[in-house]
Amino acid sequence: MTHISVEVNGKTYERDVDPRLLLVHFLREELELTGTNIGCETSLCGACTIHMDGKTVKSCTQLAVQADGSSITTIEGLSTDGKLHPLQEAFWEKHGLQCGYCTPGMIMAACGLLEDNPDPSEQQIRHGLKGNLCRCTGYHNIVKAVQYAAELMRAGNPEGGK
Amino acid sequence: MYPARFEYYRANTLQEAIHLLQQHSGAKLLAGGHSLIPIMKLRLAQPPVLIDIGRISELSGVMKTDGRLRIGSLTTHAMLAASEAVKKHCPILAEAAGQIADPAVRNKGTIGGNLAHADPGSDLPAVTLALDGVIHITGRDGDRQVNASDFFLDLLTTDLKPEEVLTAVELPALEERTGSCYLKFEHPASGYAVCGAAAIVALGGDESCERAGLCFNGVTATPYRASAVTEALAGQNLEDATIDQAVTEHLSIDDPMGDTYASGPYRVELAKVYSKRALKTARDRARS
Ligand SMILES: Cc1cc2nc3c(=O)[nH]c(=O)nc-3n(C[C@H](O)[C@H](O)[C@H](O)COP(=O)(O)OP(=O)(O)OC[C@H]3O[C@@H](n4cnc5c(N)ncnc54)[C@H](O)[C@@H]3O)c2cc1C
Ligand code: FES
Ligand code: FES
Repeated sequence: MTHISVEVNGKTYERDVDPRLLLVHFLREELELTGTNIGCETSLCGACTIHMDGKTVKSCTQLAVQADGSSITTIEGLSTDGKLHPLQEAFWEKHGLQCGYCTPGMIMAACGLLEDNPDPSEQQIRHGLKGNLCRCTGYHNIVKAVQYAAELMRAGNPEGGK
Repeated sequence: MYPARFEYYRANTLQEAIHLLQQHSGAKLLAGGHSLIPIMKLRLAQPPVLIDIGRISELSGVMKTDGRLRIGSLTTHAMLAASEAVKKHCPILAEAAGQIADPAVRNKGTIGGNLAHADPGSDLPAVTLALDGVIHITGRDGDRQVNASDFFLDLLTTDLKPEEVLTAVELPALEERTGSCYLKFEHPASGYAVCGAAAIVALGGDESCERAGLCFNGVTATPYRASAVTEALAGQNLEDATIDQAVTEHLSIDDPMGDTYASGPYRVELAKVYSKRALKTARDRARS
């Protein structure tokens, strides 16, 4: 067992974990934050995307021990004071989901994309979400949702980003 | 999918990593984990011990010193793609790193892990070879350097010894009138190179080709250097037809890899098409 201390959505958790425990299982099973999904388990689908120290990461391809000392945000940590994050609002508004399985990862990846580039073109959005697969929507409304969120975020914060 | 059980140690310095490697035979280094963890989950690798070097800050970052770039092994693909120094002095490396998989993979994967793993479909080996990079390695007995041309030995096999650490990659800063281009035909699911062409063209005062480099990922077990093509181009005026002819006449690859997605002969055809395109783009960039 290895002792780790991880800040998740603003709260610090201390745990002893088996080194082979994957970060996504730590989040879902140990911390019961089941918003982060497991799709492919082979690093391809992006359903497990989270932010680790401000960067998008596929949590099925990290060990929990690698997250020791880091600060993590999951989909549960995006809304503040009961108010949806602009991306959550935009996915709702623009029908950016059908079954919703890919959505938590899609939103976390889109969030990373908008932090780097507050005004992305359609091409840049599609390229930036390349690591996230959706079996339902055909991506069209996801792109629209990200464009709408970008607008909302630029209007709310002229500097762009969160 | 869980990896098999292993013991985990974290090294905070290079010396600690070397020391831990001495103590634990069969140990594997863990950098970004984006090649190692997937194969451990599939149980294709079951190392008894992992030594996490991911936080050794002395191994991360890009440094420019008299005409060379020294890139720490833990520098991530995202850092390479965004680095002003890399974009200015080794634009082909930034171009290739920016094409690796997707943003989340680029945030974790490192240049050292990419070269040490030596996956034939990886993007950085052929670029390092085309640039005549030098690999810096540290082990119990100190430091040593290996030319990229001697580093890749076979499929997933390099000159690294089990108890050594790849610490940095040293690359020449490309000079004025030198253009470069990395182009790849990627596997639609994984993003790995089915064929990736790295081309470098240096023009002389009279616009003729002073020097050229052309290497491929994805076609053979180790990155392939197409010397016959670049020798045919030396001293030539690089018209489109000259490039097309040199590739058509001089590119022959005897032992291409094949799999269910792309056969060997198909990969060779891709190499022909992509080398023509990459050489022409490198030439245009050298001219501008
Ligand atoms: C979904 C997916 C898609 C990908 N697509 C691409 C792609 O299109 N192109 C591409 O080039 N790559 C691709 N990769 C691979 C990615 O670039 C890896 O991150 C990289 O190849 C390995 O770097 P790492 O830091 O993750 O190494 P790790 O996985 O940590 O290590 C890989 C191997 O190298 C050894 N090692 C690592 N660092 C050192 C060191 N400093 N010294 C000695 N040995 C060391 C380890 O012991 C291990 O054997 C993809 C990966 C995934 C998961
Ligand atoms: S579950 Fe992590 S990428 Fe699919
Ligand atoms: S909404 Fe169903 S997978 Fe994307």
